[in-house]
Amino acid sequence: MKRKFEIFKNGLFKENPVLILTLGCCSVLAISVTVLGGVGMGLALTFVLVCSNVVISLLRNIIPNKVRIPCYIVVVAAFVTLVEMITEAYMKELYDTMGVFLALIVVNCIVLGRAEMFASKNTVGDSFFDGLGMGLGYTMVITGISIVRELLGSGTLLGYRIIPEGYQLGIVTQTPGGFFCFGGAMAILIACLNKKGRKIDSKTGCGHDCSSCGLGCAGRGGESK
Amino acid sequence: MNGLFVSSSPHIRSARTTQKIMLDVIIALLPALIASAVIFGPRTLLLAGVSAAACVACEALWEKLRKQPSTVSDLSAVVTGLLIAFNVPASMPVWELIIGDMVAIFIVKMLFGGLGCNFINPAMVGRTVLFLSFTADMTNYVIPEKAVDALSSATPLAIMGELGWNDFPELLLGIHGGVMGETCALALILGGVYLVIRRVIKPIIPISYIGSTLLFSWLFGGEQPVLSLFAGGLMLGAIFMATDYVTSPYTNKGKLIFGIGCGLLTAAIRIFSNSAGGVSFSILLMNLLVPYINGLTMPKPLGGVSEK
Repeated sequence: MKRKFEIFKNGLFKENPVLILTLGCCSVLAISVTVLGGVGMGLALTFVLVCSNVVISLLRNIIPNKVRIPCYIVVVAAFVTLVEMITEAYMKELYDTMGVFLALIVVNCIVLGRAEMFASKNTVGDSFFDGLGMGLGYTMVITGISIVRELLGSGTLLGYRIIPEGYQLGIVTQTPGGFFCFGGAMAILIACLNKKGRKIDSKTGCGHDCSSCGLGCAGRGGESK
Repeated sequence: MNGLFVSSSPHIRSARTTQKIMLDVIIALLPALIASAVIFGPRTLLLAGVSAAACVACEALWEKLRKQPSTVSDLSAVVTGLLIAFNVPASMPVWELIIGDMVAIFIVKMLFGGLGCNFINPAMVGRTVLFLSFTADMTNYVIPEKAVDALSSATPLAIMGELGWNDFPELLLGIHGGVMGETCALALILGGVYLVIRRVIKPIIPISYIGSTLLFSWLFGGEQPVLSLFAGGLMLGAIFMATDYVTSPYTNKGKLIFGIGCGLLTAAIRIFSNSAGGVSFSILLMNLLVPYINGLTMPKPLGGVSEK
């Protein structure tokens, strides 16, 4: 159980998919303008990630190696379609906020990355907790960034006005402001990890556990860049 | 060791310090500041003072919090503050101006390691952030009471087609709407000449920038290419913003490429888009290319072999 908890916690901080592995940044930058959209996107991705991780882990001995990527995409697409239909039916407002980015979860790097790097090599239980940790890590980041962006950029939180009209920083809701917040969040997380004594490998430049890391860095023979 | 020590180069140091150079830049900015006070009223002096003080305070606060040695006395923060103030209209609310100062000093300058390490011009980013955030206040140009005829209602760039050479004196003296420091072309050129005489800047960037803007405006079929050089932020940008040491190439050939690139982008933005940020966006874009320009124009050492 302790190992499961470690896998879960890994996704939240030490290997946060967005801020440390820098995967799935596109949707974070695009959807983090409002808190509602941010939370919705985070939860949708978490659901897809957990389900696809479990299914792919179950099928890991059946899927032929040569066609594994199309197989992963079929599994992921099935769950994304499910989420899309449910949100469109019951949460129309959220569905409109997320727009095309909901459908684009199919090709989200986090989902495919975890399928390739974790679920296809580990047991069902481990994959479940990995998906949950990674998904909640993503949700945490996108929610945090969207709180800052909605508060500073629109002066509201979940639609309720906090800062009076006329005192907003318009740039925060635009793309450059998204990058500012993204960089700020990244710096804060890394500063916190360094304070806790994260060991950075001087050869690979990262503090990951190579067995579960999706980066494919020089430490593992540089199989991908 | 016999008490003999050899330090690494440079062995000959000039007496010029950052502080002296920055002081020269401030002196060069003074004519334009005085001109803006005459044209737009004394509020411009307040904005300039507040902006410079805010930049210095931000830098001092950052270094205090980070427990770094104070670099406030090199006056570079004062120059940044003055340049940001020059880029806002005289009617700008003070708190918005201070936000621009904070962005420039905290995000662009100090986060990247202070003076010499920023990869883009802090004052330019401050201005751009203000422009994108408070577009209404940033384009709420004060029209001076002394302005005559065509120039009494809009900025000259917006109505370039209606202007003629009889409006040239007003353009040169800056008696028209615009941000507080950009209008008086005469005072800006005076400051530029002072900087060149004092050898603070080389005239390559301003001349190639302004010359290529003229050339490309004419090629792209812009209205009144010569008159438009004296309108908008071109003089301010070409003389004071594009020549920033940190964010411009250090070889002469590189400076030429940098100036021509700025001119091309400025002319293109002015003619093909109605955005009011032609000069700032083109300088920011060229700032990003500076490392590549430096690398491509690096002179070969004597007897050296070119890298393959």
